[in-house]
Amino acid sequence: MAPTLTNWTDLFLHFASLSLLAVGGAITTAPDMHRYLVGGQGWLSDAQFTSSIALSQAAPGPNVLFVALIGWNVGLNAGGGPSAGFTAWALALLGVLVTMLATLLPSSVLTYTATRWAHRNRELRAVRAFKTGMAPIVIALLVATGWLLSAAHNQPARDWPLWLLTACATLLVWRTRIHLLWMIGAGAVLGALGIV
Amino acid sequence: MPAPSQALPRPEDQPGQPRSRADLFFSFTWLALQGFGGVLAVVQRELVEKKRWMTREQFVEDWAVAQILPGPNVVNLSLMIGGRHFGLPGALAALAGMLAAPLVIVLLLAALYGSVADLPMAQGALRGMGAVAAGLITATGIKLIAALDKNAMGLGVCIALAALTFGAIALLRWPLVWVLLGVGGGACTWAYRVLGLRDRLEAS
Repeated sequence: MAPTLTNWTDLFLHFASLSLLAVGGAITTAPDMHRYLVGGQGWLSDAQFTSSIALSQAAPGPNVLFVALIGWNVGLNAGGGPSAGFTAWALALLGVLVTMLATLLPSSVLTYTATRWAHRNRELRAVRAFKTGMAPIVIALLVATGWLLSAAHNQPARDWPLWLLTACATLLVWRTRIHLLWMIGAGAVLGALGIV
Repeated sequence: MPAPSQALPRPEDQPGQPRSRADLFFSFTWLALQGFGGVLAVVQRELVEKKRWMTREQFVEDWAVAQILPGPNVVNLSLMIGGRHFGLPGALAALAGMLAAPLVIVLLLAALYGSVADLPMAQGALRGMGAVAAGLITATGIKLIAALDKNAMGLGVCIALAALTFGAIALLRWPLVWVLLGVGGGACTWAYRVLGLRDRLEAS
């Protein structure tokens, strides 16, 4: 399938509209991206979608990079796959550009404008009330995120080493100043060796 | 009129600040490259504990805004921190730092090892790193609880709100948007009242 300009514009507009719905992070819109790209347009295979998310989690950096990988794979498919050579790679890069720009531009413009406004009006009671009221909630959200990540592994007999590892990491980060990379590295080694 | 504050740096008020846009860019690059399974824990450790660009309280405030606005949270956070120091160029420098190097790495990974994520060993490593990342984010939350000491609503109300949020998200699995609107909306309204009372007391 040779992609037309309309295809790319549709892709851009779809991702841009999801951008402003992504409260809680871009990953919250992943189900809709899946519906659109895999189910609706057929631009991406199910396996490509899943491995884009998995790979972005394995790599360093913000999780939003899964969007770049999705764009990469869409472009690659449009160009006829990795074996098709230069055109496919160029389209893959175009895919990255389109999906990342669409995902980041609307939300970033909103964030930048809103926070500059809030900074200029930081003495307003409403602004102070927002910061005061939200503080306990976002702190609880962090703890809840850690909880949910662990609870995804829900078979005690098999998963207890993972839980122990999470508990140790929590204690070490909380009480010591050991560099975080050492802990991530230790987790990777333990996992690769099949210990956890 | 007091002298412009830039002429008189006061180290006790401003223990740390990015020196330049390049400093922002490279600091955020370094942050992002350490962030396996989430960058937030690294941002807290590096910017609050090590570089001291912001206090724990400021970090919680910024994180609240980054969380509630749409878009990737750490991307929003880098825009805000960069923008505070050097305006729009600063925001773009921090954003570019957060994204550029990790983007290159993830694309190289995809191009070279398209199927690395299918190898059992890679999956195992991913599992282990995920477990550690869950610990990092939990510990970040626990450490930030201390920032609630100065909260105008009082520690009791804060703990009740935090427990409510945790229960709704972690145990009942309610959608984030509803929790933010419901519990968050209620908390902000309450804070608005409390701050109003306090302002009136201070004025009288």
